[in-house]
This record gives sequence, structure tokens and C-alpha cells, in this order.
Amino acid sequence: MSKQYKAAALISGGLDSLLAAKVMLEQGIHVEGINFFTGFCVEGHTAAIRKKHQDKPKRNNALWSAEQLGIKLHIVDIVEEYKDVLINPKHGYGANMNPCLDCKIFMVNKAKQWIEENDFDFIITGEVMGQRPMSQRKELLPVVANESGADDLLLRPLCAKNLPQTKPELEGWVDREKLLAFHGRNRKPQMALAKEFGFEDYASPAGGCCFLTDENYASKLVDLWQARNERDYEMDDIMLLKVGRHLRPKPYFKLIIGREEGENKFMQGYTKVFTHIKTVSHAGPLCLIDGPVDKNDLEYAAQIVARYSQGKNEDAVTLSITRDKEEPYEVTVKPLSADEVKQEWHV
Amino acid sequence: MSEHTLDARRLLCPMPVIRTQNRVNELQTGDTLIVTCTDPGVLNDIPAWCRINGHKVLNTIQQDDEIIIEVQVC
Repeated sequence: MSKQYKAAALISGGLDSLLAAKVMLEQGIHVEGINFFTGFCVEGHTAAIRKKHQDKPKRNNALWSAEQLGIKLHIVDIVEEYKDVLINPKHGYGANMNPCLDCKIFMVNKAKQWIEENDFDFIITGEVMGQRPMSQRKELLPVVANESGADDLLLRPLCAKNLPQTKPELEGWVDREKLLAFHGRNRKPQMALAKEFGFEDYASPAGGCCFLTDENYASKLVDLWQARNERDYEMDDIMLLKVGRHLRPKPYFKLIIGREEGENKFMQGYTKVFTHIKTVSHAGPLCLIDGPVDKNDLEYAAQIVARYSQGKNEDAVTLSITRDKEEPYEVTVKPLSADEVKQEWHV
Repeated sequence: MSEHTLDARRLLCPMPVIRTQNRVNELQTGDTLIVTCTDPGVLNDIPAWCRINGHKVLNTIQQDDEIIIEVQVC
């Protein structure tokens, strides 16, 4: 009986990785998926927090892909290790804070370690030559293979015919003739293949999967680093960048103001570690304060928070302030007018 | 066979799934793991992870803002 070769597939939850894994399964390869969680994955978070998104299904697309394929999926937490990729990307950033090439190299390197530990034969990805401006350019695909250490054990089934042969092809583990030659940004070939395989309801091909490609998110991250005077972050920091309105009225403190009930509820979990303000006399948001503040700053912050409450047009709004582990106290303030909330405060 | 618990409250998906996966990997066949979560995303994700990896969801309870899922290691 001939050996069944085993491939680890990087599964993002998008269409390309789904198709790449399916192409391998069709050749009789044993495939298991690996999905890396960086902390910046768009999957689920915002939908889980914000009430207005609750009509959307809360499925995890990587799990969904694995289920469609009938393969196991190993979700790997790389939040801590990923910091170095984001903070010191050798190949720099894309349009925002997205270190796409370093990210891909890092993930393929982790996959290489995984196949060695789990006795798998090679790695597959859903990369398509020329599809993405940073990490999938023709001249950069070999960089991923080389710098990750995967070398010729990295096979891209969707564009393999445009690339030099890899070990799985040369050794006859897979049939190169049955691999594909997709290239460029046109998604129609992938959609046609999805139809051929009977995949429906897959994640939107145009959807980004990483918050670091989002301009608003990236600017909040840069602001965080500038305010702290160091390029570092904790998991809670990157979660809170996804939530609320961020206003920095003074360089040394920032307000995170919930925009709706779902966000207020999520932020409630952080009230034990953040100084926070809640409206008392009127319905209004919860506000977390990031940075050292004195009593005057807190009163000013209360005026800003009152601006986002139901009492924004009243002369007086009462708010409760809880600082560190002290007992809460109440203040009554006049809300700032719309003009007094400066545009440049918005991060 | 023994019963274990996991507190995954305040974690957003996929972290509750990752914690469940890592804990299940340490348990023996027949053991149960009771996972307490607050992200409603787990209602889809933990059962999906169990189906993919051959484990069983024995029970799901939603009370107030918490979701409790009982997983049997198979």
C-alpha cells in the first residue's frame, strides 16, 4: 500500500485557502488545517461586541472551512510571538500597519515547525501570484519560502504551475498537472472552482481578515504607541482599539466611549482596571480612561462624556466617576457643545 | 472519567475555542469539560470545533449573559 502523504494547510477562513486544501484532498493527500490567531484577526470580534452587527452569523470562517473540507483544524494562539512581527517588520508595512510579508513568513515558519513536530510532509497555502500587492507579488513568493525555512516544502496549489516545482511535485507526492495556474487579482477563477467543488456561502472574497490593514484601526495603534512612548501592546490594548469612540483631549490621556449597548457591556469588563465614567442622570455611554488623570482632567472628561449622553442639550448632567480602586463619586457638569469637542481629538 | 471546568468569560472568539482546544488536548477520552463563556460566538464555534475534531457537546445552557457548554472528550 502506498504511503498517504500529509499536508498542513494554512486556513485563514477565506476562499483561497479553502480551495487550496480541497485541491490537495482531491489528490488523496491527508490534510489538516492550521489557523493562527494574532489578536488582530477580524473574525468575530466586532460582531460579538456590537449589537448592530448581531444580525450577521457569528461563525468562525476557519472552522467553517475545515468543516466543509472535513478536516481537523488546529487553532494556534500566536499573540505574544506576533508582537515582534508587528513591531519590527524586516520588510516594512503595507498601506497601514500591516506587515503582510513578515506575517506570511512568520506563519509559514510556524507551520514548518508544526509539520516537523507532527510528522507531516509539506505545507500548503492559498496564495495566488499577483493577487495581493505586498505578500503575493511574483518576486516575493520565493522570499516567503526561503525566509520561512520551508523552502521546497511549501506548495501553493492555486498557482503552482506558475512557479518552480516543489518537492511534493518533484517526488510525485502530488500530480503537478492537477494543480492550478491562477494569477492576478481576478477572482473569477476561484469562484468558478468554488462552484465546481460545491462550496457556497464562503467568506466574502473581498473581505480583509486583519485589523492592521484598516486605516482607522492602524491610526489608533500608532496613537497608542506615541502616547506611551513605546511600541508595545497587551492583548487588552488591541481588543479595546476595536471598541468605542477614541478621543484624546490631552496628550497624556484618552477616552474610550462606548457607542452602543453592546460596546458598553463589553467595556464593563474593563472597569476593574480602568478609571471610568458613567452617566447617572441620563442614559449615556460608559467611558474608560487610558492614562494618568487628575481631578480637573476627570471633570473635563465628564463634560465630554455628557456630550454623548441623552442629556447632551441639558444644562446639567450627573455622572459617576470611579478612579482606580477608590469609591465612586458623582459630579454634575454642563456637557460640552458639539463645537467644543475638537475634531483633532478623534483618534 | 473526570469532570473539569474552564472559565472563558470575557474572552472573544476564537480565544474560548483555543482555550477549549488546549484543555481538551490535556484530558482523557470520556472526560468532560464545562466551559463558561460570555461571547455568544461560542454557540457556533465550540460545537463546530467539536464536530471537526470528533468530540461531543453534551449540553448548552444560556443563563443571563453567560453560556455554559459541556464538552465530552471522545
